[in-house]
Amino acid sequence: MRNISSMFETFAALAEPHRFRIVELLRSGPRSVSDIGAQLHLNQPQASKHLKVLKEAGLVDMQPKAQQRLYELRAQPLRELHEWLERYRQLWDERFDAMDELLEELQQKEKPRGRKSRH
Amino acid sequence: MAANPDIEFPLNNTRMTTPSERELVITRTFRAPPRLVFEAWTQAEFVKRWWVPKSCGGELTECRADVQVGGTFRYVMRVAGNEFGFSGKYIEIHRPAKLVYTQVFDPYPDSPVLITVTFEEHEGKTRLRSHELYPSKEALDATIASGMESGMREIMDQIDELVAALPAH
Repeated sequence: MRNISSMFETFAALAEPHRFRIVELLRSGPRSVSDIGAQLHLNQPQASKHLKVLKEAGLVDMQPKAQQRLYELRAQPLRELHEWLERYRQLWDERFDAMDELLEELQQKEKPRGRKSRH
Repeated sequence: MAANPDIEFPLNNTRMTTPSERELVITRTFRAPPRLVFEAWTQAEFVKRWWVPKSCGGELTECRADVQVGGTFRYVMRVAGNEFGFSGKYIEIHRPAKLVYTQVFDPYPDSPVLITVTFEEHEGKTRLRSHELYPSKEALDATIASGMESGMREIMDQIDELVAALPAH
């Protein structure tokens, strides 16, 4: 698990609608700043600013190619975020599995002979 | 809320939902009557048996619970050198059907969570619902982030879609 602050960084980066749309756009493959700007109706400084935030959050990588800088999506932070909610559920699931065991034991103790079927 | 109680209260599995950005609901069915599940949930000697998930490799360094209205509890778990302490106070106790208490996670003393647990008897089993109400969206996000869940539901839904469309590798 990555540290919590980086999770928040990922969330903060995605919480901005333009940046979320950039991430969606990059799903189809790497694109240049000007391409991204044109697709999302952003001027180049705006697009660059958003890409910088996404890059700092680890959501995109930049590859220089010929005269261009191509931005591509890094899938891992998104997957980690997706797993975040699941992690809390699993924490409780594990607790409850242990509680199941405990409850079975408590029920055994309650039966004076311990062998009689409940049904 | 699921219409089908078998889906809402799974056996051998745990369901979690976020009805709003300040609420989190955990449900499960236990093969024991509410009387026992209530005790397992509240009594310190029993809490010791289940509260620290085995997979985290942690240990319980403090566990006490004075289960009466106005009484307090404190659980502390140590994992990899870090301590995670939770304290709270019992507000309502209707043994064995309902329990209301506050819970404060040490790093966020100003963000008490109001927890309402209901224990519903059904054919000798217990349908348990733990409803967590956070003072703010941020409080839920923060608590969850400390190894827990996220309240940012809208964006979570969007991320679900994104992740589903990502190439698997």
